[in-house]
Amino acid sequence: MCLGIPGQIVEIVDVTQKLATVDVGGVKRQVNIACIVDESHPVAACVGDWVLVHVGFALNRIDAAEAAETLALLQQIAEAQGIPS
Amino acid sequence: MKYVDEFRDPQKAQALLQEIAQLSAQIHVDRQRPLKIMEICGGHTHSIFKYGLEALLPETIELVHGPGCPVCIMPKGRLDDAIALALNPEIIFATFGDVLRVPGSQQSLLQARANGADIRMVYSPLDALSMARDNPDREVVFFAIGFETTAPSTALTVLQAAAEGLPNFSLFCNHVRVIPAMEALLDNPDLQLDGFIGPGHVSMVIGSQPYQVIADRYHKPLVVSGFEPLDILQSIWMVLRQFATGRCEVENQYSRLVQPEGNTVALNAMAQVFEVRDQFEWRGLGYLSQSGLQMRSDYAAFDAEVKFTVPGRSVADHKACQCGEILKGVLKPWQCKVFGTACTPDHPIGSCMVSSEGACAAYYKYGRFSQAGAQFQKTPVPG
Repeated sequence: MCLGIPGQIVEIVDVTQKLATVDVGGVKRQVNIACIVDESHPVAACVGDWVLVHVGFALNRIDAAEAAETLALLQQIAEAQGIPS
Repeated sequence: MKYVDEFRDPQKAQALLQEIAQLSAQIHVDRQRPLKIMEICGGHTHSIFKYGLEALLPETIELVHGPGCPVCIMPKGRLDDAIALALNPEIIFATFGDVLRVPGSQQSLLQARANGADIRMVYSPLDALSMARDNPDREVVFFAIGFETTAPSTALTVLQAAAEGLPNFSLFCNHVRVIPAMEALLDNPDLQLDGFIGPGHVSMVIGSQPYQVIADRYHKPLVVSGFEPLDILQSIWMVLRQFATGRCEVENQYSRLVQPEGNTVALNAMAQVFEVRDQFEWRGLGYLSQSGLQMRSDYAAFDAEVKFTVPGRSVADHKACQCGEILKGVLKPWQCKVFGTACTPDHPIGSCMVSSEGACAAYYKYGRFSQAGAQFQKTPVPG
């Protein structure tokens, strides 16, 4: 029920209604982007954003730097355990 | 980066499993019983089984499956109310597919549809809103279920309906809150939990800060986790590290999506449309204070419980069904008398066997029919 799938916003469909097209693994679907829009990040700036899609809404932007940091930590653990990547 | 495959890397999983085994051995030098870590969210439960994670963990770690599946915790009485609404010939009843096959006291929504009710499956509350626009001479009621992950979507849909002045759209609101359920479990003396894997997508909305009560009042470590196998293994490792260093804190493994304060837009939409109910009934947990959401009186025009009459009765579960004990983590699915025999995904007696996120459905789908099956290939602790 709380399933969320990462996808990338490829097009703004309606600025007023805050609707965009998101590409999820090659499947394109229209989603509402109200939850990821504010004064510092207007609708037009959302193209290219990676988001978490849940029941037709982009609920949050995925933070690329944080994801990279998590993976870097896991890489360090692998190296400490002597496991080649 | 696609944010999926990178978090399924087998080498990194192997490294985490080695770390977990070493930490677990260190912790269990002076412990008599397994460390019980509850994953609240049904999405985590299914990931754990899908990737076979529980079989890769040391036998000193027991994963306990929590009540974080809104379909599983839906009490029979509320389902009967939903079916009563759906049977009203004025109404098009829009619902997520997850709940269609859950048995009510007389029938399921799917059986009600076979009996003539106009029940339509949707993937988003916005689809129900489109139905209301397309059918101005009919009432459209959306069956709003889910935790705080789903509630903002419903709230934003109501705000859209209000902005458009749509008179024929309403919600049957059954949204629930995760933290009161966790507190109810922690107050239950039958269940000795040692730590929590926190629900990542609920936390994406409410943030990680609200869990501080779990660390402060109950002294349990909690790690908010993502849903990929590396996320879950890293979260287990983080819980173990807290144990090893004598800490009880709220930590956030899922920082790529979860901020401490949550999502302000989503929280504001929820606060505008919903208020906390005094109490709400949960299957297995009974009536829990402050655990559900209802619509504010400002939005009564969009509240199906105000617009229409529902029976509003509390209905006991089937005598043989032990979903309640399974939802509390007191029993494993294979310990239920009817699991896999009278109760199967094709002929479910209880909701935990229906929902794609239910613990019983997971155990059944992945062949854990007995204690032996559930513990096969458990990793011995390194001597």
